[in-house]
Amino acid sequence: MSNRINTVLESKDNILSIYFTAGYPKLDDTMKVLVELERSGADMIEVGVPFSDPIADGPTIQHSNTVALDNGMSVQLLFDQLSGVRDKVSLPLIMMSSLNPIIQYGFEQFCQKCQEVGADGLIIPDLPVEEYISEYKDVVERYGLRNIILITPSSTDARIRLIDEHTDSFIYMVSSAATTGVNKNFSQDFEAFAKRLQAMNLKNPLVTGFGIKDKESFDQVTKFSKGGIIGSAFVKAVAEGDDAVASTAKFMREFA
Amino acid sequence: MKTSLNPDERGYYGSFGGAFIPEMMQANVAELQEKYLDIIGTQEFKDEFDVLLRDYVGRPSPLYLATRLSEKYETNVYLKREDLNHTGAHKINNSLGQIILAKKLGKKRIIAETGAGQHGVATATACALMGLECTVFMGELDVKRQAPNVGRMKMLGAQVVPVSSGSKTLKDATNEAMRYWIANPFDTHYIIGSVVGPHPYPDMVAKFQSVISEEIRKQLKEKTGSELPDVVIACVGGGSNATGAFYHFLEEEKVRLIAAEAAGKGLESGFTAAATFKGVSGILHGSKTLFMQTDDGQVVEPHSISAGLDYPGIGPALAHWFETGRVEYQAITDEDAMQSGLELCKLEGIIPAVESSHALAVLDKTKFGKDEHVVVNLSGRGDKDLETYLKYL
Repeated sequence: MSNRINTVLESKDNILSIYFTAGYPKLDDTMKVLVELERSGADMIEVGVPFSDPIADGPTIQHSNTVALDNGMSVQLLFDQLSGVRDKVSLPLIMMSSLNPIIQYGFEQFCQKCQEVGADGLIIPDLPVEEYISEYKDVVERYGLRNIILITPSSTDARIRLIDEHTDSFIYMVSSAATTGVNKNFSQDFEAFAKRLQAMNLKNPLVTGFGIKDKESFDQVTKFSKGGIIGSAFVKAVAEGDDAVASTAKFMREFA
Repeated sequence: MKTSLNPDERGYYGSFGGAFIPEMMQANVAELQEKYLDIIGTQEFKDEFDVLLRDYVGRPSPLYLATRLSEKYETNVYLKREDLNHTGAHKINNSLGQIILAKKLGKKRIIAETGAGQHGVATATACALMGLECTVFMGELDVKRQAPNVGRMKMLGAQVVPVSSGSKTLKDATNEAMRYWIANPFDTHYIIGSVVGPHPYPDMVAKFQSVISEEIRKQLKEKTGSELPDVVIACVGGGSNATGAFYHFLEEEKVRLIAAEAAGKGLESGFTAAATFKGVSGILHGSKTLFMQTDDGQVVEPHSISAGLDYPGIGPALAHWFETGRVEYQAITDEDAMQSGLELCKLEGIIPAVESSHALAVLDKTKFGKDEHVVVNLSGRGDKDLETYLKYL
């Protein structure tokens, strides 16, 4: 089944993927930010579904989750906001969420809605690969979605191979084993990990996330991987000023 | 459904449990999953743990026949005196077990979350004893209402990190400890204080706390001629003292097990922490379990007068025992708990932790036979709660 994620991966290098939290900074910013990201040159977008207790996120994204929930964001409202998105945005859209809001909505219903509005994939950081394979993979594939799984320098080779085998898009490469704050050894850690992965000859391309904050760090990771994902740095930038569209445009200028 | 005492190989108790963790935590958790049973099963480990429990903690903790309390409730009430342990609660059993394990795994640093501060104090104590660096995450609200324990942790050399996200209580301290472990995975062991979190934590903590029911059996046999009480009562926040008190009775079907949850200001007040009454199944802190949440899957902020019970969920084993009906659950309000705590002070000269007062309140809500033997797990002492009690005098 064709999927926009695969199409982009096949047609481009140095893929710039941007994460933002739905309903942040204002409730109705979701669609505006999506449209502006496409206009200003992003290649792929991760739509963050806010959760009250995200454990895999640092303080910036946590805060954006809290604000979005206070704004009234919910899974149902997000799908309502995304209806018609395919008339305005053609980039691959990946829904990134903690597992709990998805299973309360209904895992299958969530996937069905993703297909309906035209989302292409899922990133569920707290859904480990074994649980994914045994409980959820069939459903994800039934709705033509791609599930993207994280790997880190501390993931074993066996685990990385298992993830590669059950992935059909890209693998989310966490740049370093120590994930937040300023990592002094960012480039050495990352390069060592990238070289280890190159030697493994995986079938899926790698897109790097965590610790990428600007053009310079983006260029660094794309030397060794298919693309880079910017999360916290964009979430911080989008809330600067009163106009999320202008803030998005300003942030993206560096990458033009 | 059959009731399981131990989890299956994937960490499930019936439909609850598992290990729903981000890949960044995987290596550390997998290491524990692979090694914990082997390590804690060795004679060397057992000997080290037993000596510390005896000579350092002061175990066995007494099983005390509370005669005036028994008279009032027309039954035989035995108090399992975990409040007499070093550091004042059952939490030290688990902290010592895990720190020995952490040392055997070669870890250099310890992190922990704490609600009432009892687990934080116990872990800071264990770290001082073993010479390991200790960082404790504690909700800002709890830092305020449990100030004496914050002081203790600092005296013991731990760094206390106040957590200002969410409800600023135990669940947020747990989130923050997990985030810190994700960001700082090397040489660090996370000592979770309750039977929550990803597999193998619920089972590991249960096994370290099971010394409580192991001792109750022996002590009861000496006192009554039978190892088995008719009833065991314990309070439940995450559920570590209850699991420890129930563990060796779980497969004895004749023993009635009662868990006291914190109803807060009342089950329908919107200010409660009663997870089996108000919770539904979902994923929180790395396992599938019952917790209070909105229809949209957002965690509902709990309320209890007791910082140690102020948690929106319960451990997966306790959720399973609820599902199978093996454990009965009662919801005890702030008010009822406080009155029962004050009653114990006056009748028996024992000041219980506010957490344990929830278990005591079950005596007033339930009719027991005059020949029955009822064990209440007195999980901690109330020194830390004086300010709270004084408001109810």
